[in-house]
Amino acid sequence: MAHAFPFSAIVGQEEMKRALMITAIDPSIGGVLAFGDRGTGKSTAVRALAGLLPEIAVVDGCPYNCAPDRINPDCPHCKAQDHHTVAQRPTPVIDLPLGATEDRVVGALDLERALTKGEKAFEPGLLARAHRGFLYIDEVNLLEDYLVDLLLDVAASGENVVEREGLSVRHPARFVLVGSGNPEEGELRPQLLDRFGLSVEIASPKVVADRIEVIRRRDAYERDRAAFLATWAEAEAAEQARITTARDLLPEVIVPDALLVHVAELCLALGADGLRGELTLMRAARALAALDGAREVTDHHLREVAPSALRHRLRRDPLDEAGSTTRVTRAMDTVLA
Amino acid sequence: MLRARPGPARDRWLSDYRTLIGDQPAPLRMPPAIGDERLLGGLDLSATLTAGRPVHLPGLLEMAAGRGLILPMAERATAGLAARIGAAWDGPWPGYLIGLDEGASTEEAPPAALMDRMAFRPMLDGIAMAALAPSAFTPEEVTAARARLPDVTVPPDVVDALIATAAALGIPSLRAPLLAVRAARAATALSESDTAGEIEARLATQLVLAWRARQMPEQVEEDTPDDRAQDDPPPPDPDTPPQDSPETDTETPTEADIPPDLLLEAARAVLPPDLLAKLLAGNSRATSQGSTGAGEESVSLRRGRPLASRPGRLGGEARLDLIATLRAAAPWQPLRRRQTGKAGLLIRPDDFRIRRFRRTKESALIFVVDASGSSAMARLAEAKGAVELMLADAYKRREQVGLIAFRGDGAEVILPLTKSLVQAKRRLGGLPGGGGTPLASGLLMGAEMALSARRAGLTPFLAVLTDGRANIGRDGQPGRPQAMEDATAAARALRATGIPAVLIDTANRPQRSAESLSAEMGARYVALPRAGAQELSALVQNVSKDSAP
Repeated sequence: MAHAFPFSAIVGQEEMKRALMITAIDPSIGGVLAFGDRGTGKSTAVRALAGLLPEIAVVDGCPYNCAPDRINPDCPHCKAQDHHTVAQRPTPVIDLPLGATEDRVVGALDLERALTKGEKAFEPGLLARAHRGFLYIDEVNLLEDYLVDLLLDVAASGENVVEREGLSVRHPARFVLVGSGNPEEGELRPQLLDRFGLSVEIASPKVVADRIEVIRRRDAYERDRAAFLATWAEAEAAEQARITTARDLLPEVIVPDALLVHVAELCLALGADGLRGELTLMRAARALAALDGAREVTDHHLREVAPSALRHRLRRDPLDEAGSTTRVTRAMDTVLA
Repeated sequence: MLRARPGPARDRWLSDYRTLIGDQPAPLRMPPAIGDERLLGGLDLSATLTAGRPVHLPGLLEMAAGRGLILPMAERATAGLAARIGAAWDGPWPGYLIGLDEGASTEEAPPAALMDRMAFRPMLDGIAMAALAPSAFTPEEVTAARARLPDVTVPPDVVDALIATAAALGIPSLRAPLLAVRAARAATALSESDTAGEIEARLATQLVLAWRARQMPEQVEEDTPDDRAQDDPPPPDPDTPPQDSPETDTETPTEADIPPDLLLEAARAVLPPDLLAKLLAGNSRATSQGSTGAGEESVSLRRGRPLASRPGRLGGEARLDLIATLRAAAPWQPLRRRQTGKAGLLIRPDDFRIRRFRRTKESALIFVVDASGSSAMARLAEAKGAVELMLADAYKRREQVGLIAFRGDGAEVILPLTKSLVQAKRRLGGLPGGGGTPLASGLLMGAEMALSARRAGLTPFLAVLTDGRANIGRDGQPGRPQAMEDATAAARALRATGIPAVLIDTANRPQRSAESLSAEMGARYVALPRAGAQELSALVQNVSKDSAP
């Protein structure tokens, strides 16, 4: 992952980049769904994020990414030790491949120890590794149903529970879910759709100059990675600093009551299902304010994030010709007028 | 992606290829219906038990690391397989893929996700063995060119020209120009030069860009600026024919030493002459295949394509997957022997693995709509509404929907079978109407789509909306008697295929001609003048369910 394409070198795709940064600032927003044409750099952006995220402090050697100040009392690794040393680790960005088995996702019996020592031990899966980080699913609309069920359950409870013949393990698994896909491959289940806090629509750049820039940078990166990464190192550091600063600022950002009224009115006007829409919209606007260095959330922030936060929550009306983005914009014009 | 049926020409191409790569390892062949275990790797059970530690059995994609893979029957590959190959392509397997597309018609094509990553698409169908020229290069020259590759530069103006050309051809994916740049670089190395120039740019355009063209380059100038791209799905504009892709780029190409026209000219020279016709029919293959094999498939315990086994209970329809069960039980054996003090194989209910199969239970609902005469627009609008209503919750139903319209002197596919609402909206933008009634052509095209759906494992169902009064024959010539005779013949042909159908009489008063035609078709007859989209979709869904076998 150390050699991923730099986040700051991505041309355009502002909505996608902003959505990823917003979830990096406030992970409780739940995730980002990126839908769009092929060859538009969806996975590139997600993989680039891995290089951008600040490191996290963990208990050294803990495969469950326990935070030193909040160790899970049931953590199979940490409870076996009296003394914990602290280590810095890159924020995990874990790929969930389509062909992954259930065992690989939730974790399973540690084969090596079972076979060689006859010991019963749990080998953590992808969910454990993604704790406190990001879980990325490319082509998310092709994911097998049983894996979707499993993810929905874990995402709702923030905990992964494995029970099997005396193997009883529960560990926290809180992660930002990032999915990408092409809408032409099929629709997503509404329950899963709802789990993604933000959704973005990606198209390839319209302007030839932008397209040229994309290809030039990509080509330069492929020809000489080290040199390309060095060129962008400064910009990357600046982006990373923005995330760190925004995270520190986030608890202090004020959400005025008038803004909450607007949030509620907007969701009501659009018939966005459930309170999750309102909560996500408020949190996303707050995180964006923090990213901008503002101490108070304004209608401007709301306006910026509303399409991402709401467009996938609208009830489908196939006979309404307007796209969901247009519907959100229309509602905003009425509510925020 | 080689478009070629098995035959001497293809064998020759592949053997020439193996010769040309010289001492590079030969590409591995991938079985067409490969399972995840073979593809991605898994636990080698026997080696694991012998060694007393987990032994990983590498999957095909791992074994092929850095070398080529051959995918036969690429047109049968599922979107899932394409996604897995794509993921490996971005990650641990920086090899190359040779796909063998053996599709019988243009409807059968490899998944779009795969095609997007392909650089070249040579067409070998219909080429005689004698016409295959021997390779212009020797293996030594290829090896030398590979060594030269890192020193080759592609000047910025060549890069810019390739990007502008891709945009002018209406290719939205940015992988295309990137692949074209790489192709130009490789061609330069092969021509023993160190700077790519016009010749290489032309070659890259013809080999990499031309086959992806979604619009004729001439159309670029006529397009109006377009800011709809922000919306998804793009609101269909009634004035714009559906083939106008919203990705159309309207920027004038930047200055370059290579005039962009030159590359467009090169592309035009190799574009198939019927491309324009195909584009006008909204039949660009690049987007029509997205939903093939994707999404809603039912999981069955008895038949279908095998899937990975899952933990489960025995009983009912479930069948035990013995190997998977043993594999699940194996690691526990030392533990259990110690606990129970018993010897031998100890299997617990937890270990049971149940076989699962994927069965396509999807139905394909095909609308064949009479778009002739004065009421055509209203009828088309209703059919379109019904299609969108059905697709709106396609995730819970198992349906694909297609739409064929007939008018003037023939029939055309307005919407190839899909379950994507996005795709349907994009294509159903402006529907043409008016003209004569070539009923026979409509029925035959409907039958064709239904049969190809059946070959793909779907259960087809036809809904024909017409008043049954044909006046254009199969040959496109006017004349009522001949047209009615052709329509009756087409209806009988349809009945012979056994495809269930409903004929919806859209005339104001029920027509004898429509009723007798539906009898010839073996179809149900429903008189429904001025049906709304809601009633239409409900009706078709109910009737198709009744007639399901």
